[in-house]
Amino acid sequence: MIAVELDVAQNVAFGIIAAAMIVAALRVVTSSNVVHAALWLVVVLAGVAAQYILAAAEFVAVSQVLVYVGAVMVLFLFGIMLTRAQIGRETDLNNRTWALGIPVALVLLGLLAYVIIDRFEDTTLPDQGGPAPTQLIADNVLAPYLVPFLAISFVLLAAAIGAIVLARKD
Amino acid sequence: MLVANFLLLGAVLFCIGVYGVLARRNAVMVLMSVELILNAVNLNFIAFALLHGNVDGHVFALYVIAIAAAEVGVGLAMVLLVYRNRRSIALDELSEMHG
Repeated sequence: MIAVELDVAQNVAFGIIAAAMIVAALRVVTSSNVVHAALWLVVVLAGVAAQYILAAAEFVAVSQVLVYVGAVMVLFLFGIMLTRAQIGRETDLNNRTWALGIPVALVLLGLLAYVIIDRFEDTTLPDQGGPAPTQLIADNVLAPYLVPFLAISFVLLAAAIGAIVLARKD
Repeated sequence: MLVANFLLLGAVLFCIGVYGVLARRNAVMVLMSVELILNAVNLNFIAFALLHGNVDGHVFALYVIAIAAAEVGVGLAMVLLVYRNRRSIALDELSEMHG
């Protein structure tokens, strides 16, 4: 009985957060103000973190908040600040052929939705019974997935050096 | 809770991101749309990790977050470089390699 109630609460929470995320994502791609789009993106990223918590992925949710909401958004706001003369509405944020994106996105969505519903129509998620153990994630990063981890370390180093070289004034 | 909930949410976010990449002219907005796409992928990783009862999906979601941070850093550096040279970051004006 309690499990059923919990499931209802989980589904309601999922629905509310998902609706907020979809509205915010639509505002990100339709807003005519770059700063507003960045702030709507914060709503989407925070919603993704909330969905991670619903899916028992606490550590990834915390990383999402730290890296995306904390660092990436600041980078975006700096990028907007450094590349724009005025803060406010802009009229030419879209391509001339922007309307072509709508059928492309709708066809892609229809295809993906068909495949997902066809394959996972009534597959229920198992009850995790608590957050995924962070120690297990660390064991996985440092043993079976060590090579991709080292590759990502190298990519981050290269990205840091590359960003400095690109943005340097000389 | 159905796994299709998470997968459909991921699909919707992915398609909105694809629309943003196709429709936007401002380079910073295109980078934001790419972030939407990467987050949709991460949602799928987490949903499948929960479905299969292991943490491999969590590990790769963390890797994707790291790659996204690197991508934004390099992307914004390139946008700044373009802005410094041309006083504009409209992507349809970058046609030197058109031939």
